[in-house]
Amino acid sequence: MSTTTDIDTFVITTLQSFGTEADVTADATLEELDIDSLDLAELAQLVEEEVGVTLESKDLKEIKTVGDVIATVKARQA
Amino acid sequence: MSATQVVITGVGAVTPLGNGAGALHEGWLSGRTGFVDGQAPCTAYDPADFLSRKEARRADRFTQLALAAAAEAIEAAGLDDLQRGRIGCIIGTGIGGLSTIEGAHDLLRDKGAERVPPLSVPLMMSNAAPAAVAMAHDLRGPVFGVVSACAAGAHSLGVAARAIQAGEADVIVAGGAEAALTPLSLAAFDALEARSPTGTSRPFDARRDGFVMGEGAGVLVLESREHAERRGAPILAVFSGYAATSDAHHLTAPREDGGQAAEAMRLALASAGRTAADVSYVNAHGTSTPLNDAAETAAITTALGDFAARVPVSSAKSVIGHLLGAAGAVEAVATVLALRDRVAPPTVGWGQREPGLDLDYVPDSPRPLGDGQLVALSNSFGFGGHNAVLCLETV
Repeated sequence: MSTTTDIDTFVITTLQSFGTEADVTADATLEELDIDSLDLAELAQLVEEEVGVTLESKDLKEIKTVGDVIATVKARQA
Repeated sequence: MSATQVVITGVGAVTPLGNGAGALHEGWLSGRTGFVDGQAPCTAYDPADFLSRKEARRADRFTQLALAAAAEAIEAAGLDDLQRGRIGCIIGTGIGGLSTIEGAHDLLRDKGAERVPPLSVPLMMSNAAPAAVAMAHDLRGPVFGVVSACAAGAHSLGVAARAIQAGEADVIVAGGAEAALTPLSLAAFDALEARSPTGTSRPFDARRDGFVMGEGAGVLVLESREHAERRGAPILAVFSGYAATSDAHHLTAPREDGGQAAEAMRLALASAGRTAADVSYVNAHGTSTPLNDAAETAAITTALGDFAARVPVSSAKSVIGHLLGAAGAVEAVATVLALRDRVAPPTVGWGQREPGLDLDYVPDSPRPLGDGQLVALSNSFGFGGHNAVLCLETV
C-alpha cells in the first residue's frame, strides 16, 4: 500500500469495521465515534501489517480525529 | 437477630430451548428438547437481537449470552431507579472465552505473535461476563466471577446471597454463562469419555452413556427481602439456603457414595431452617453420565433419608444438555419458575430403571406439586469435586 488515498481508505474502513454506529469520516472525532485505546491498538496492528508502519500507543495518545490518525500514519511512512 | 432474607425478583436465560426464561420453562414442561446433532447449541440466539455491533465484537459468546440473560432479568426486576453503588454482579463460568482463546491461538500459530489481537485478553478472561454486564447496566457494587467448573453458576448465586446478607449490596445480578461448543473443548471432553457417544442425554436412565454438551446463560436478580418489598418489586421465589462442600477425592470422578454432595444438601437445608421432611422437589445435577447419576442418587438418598423415595427428582439436562458453568444458574431459573407454577418438570426420555437408581425421576410428564409452602433443592457438582446446593422456596 503506497498511495495517500489508499491509507485514508484503509484507516477509515478499518475503524468502521470496529462496529461504531456512526459514519467514520476524516473530520469525526474518536470520542464521537466511541473509538477507544483498544480500537487504536487493534488499528495499529493492522496498519503495521497492511502499510508496514509501526505505531505505538504513545504515538496515538494526543490524537483527536480520524484525520489525525491518518496524518500520523502518513508521517510515520515518510 | 435473624439473617437477612434473600429473594429473587427477576430471571433471565438464553438456552438451547430458546431466548428467555419462559422458553426454558415452557419448553421443558412440554418435553421439547434443544439437541442438534449430539450438541445443545443456542440456535435461536442472534447477537443482533441483543447487542450493538461494537458490543458484540467486544464480547466472547459466553459474555454475549450473559448480557442477553442479564438484560432480561434486570428488566423483569425493574432496577432502573436504584442506586447503582448498591447493586453487584457475580457471574460464574466453567472456562470463559474459549472460542476467543482458540481463535487467538490460531493466529499466533499461523501468523505470529504480532497478530494476536489486543482484544484477546479482555474477551477470554473468565470474569469478562460480570464485567460486561456491570458496564452495560452501570452496576457499581461488588462485581466479579466465580470459577468452579460445572458448579460455577450455583456457587455464584450462593456467594451473591451471602454478600447481600453481609450487607455488601442490596441487589446482586448473579448467574452463570458458558459457550464452549468449540473444537478443543469437544475433543477434550471426548478424551475424558464424558460426552455421550450416542449424542443422547438420558439422566438417571440405565442406558445413559454420558452428557450432551450445551451452551447458554442464566441470570437471576437476588435482593434482600426488605429492599424488594420497600420498592414493591415482584418476588418470584425465596432464596432460602445455600451450602458448598468439596469431595477432596478425585479430579473428575465424584465420591461413589455421594457423601459430600449429601453433606452440601443437608447443610443447604439447615441454612434455610428446613429439614428433609420439608423438601418438595429436587432439581438434580443429573448429567446423564454413569458416575454422576449413581453418586447423586446415593447423595439424595443419604440427605433425604426416608423422605427420598417420595420426592420428585428431575434433570433439566434431559432437554438442554449440560451447560457446564451456566448449568447451576439456568437450572435455578428453571426451579424458580417450576416453584411459581407449583410443578415438577419431567426427566424427559427416562424409561429404563437401573438397579440402585430407585428415586422418582418424574418420567414422561410434569407433576403437580400441590398446595402449601414448597421447598426445592437445586444440586450442582463440578469437576474438581465441587458441590454447591441451593434451597429455593415459594413466596
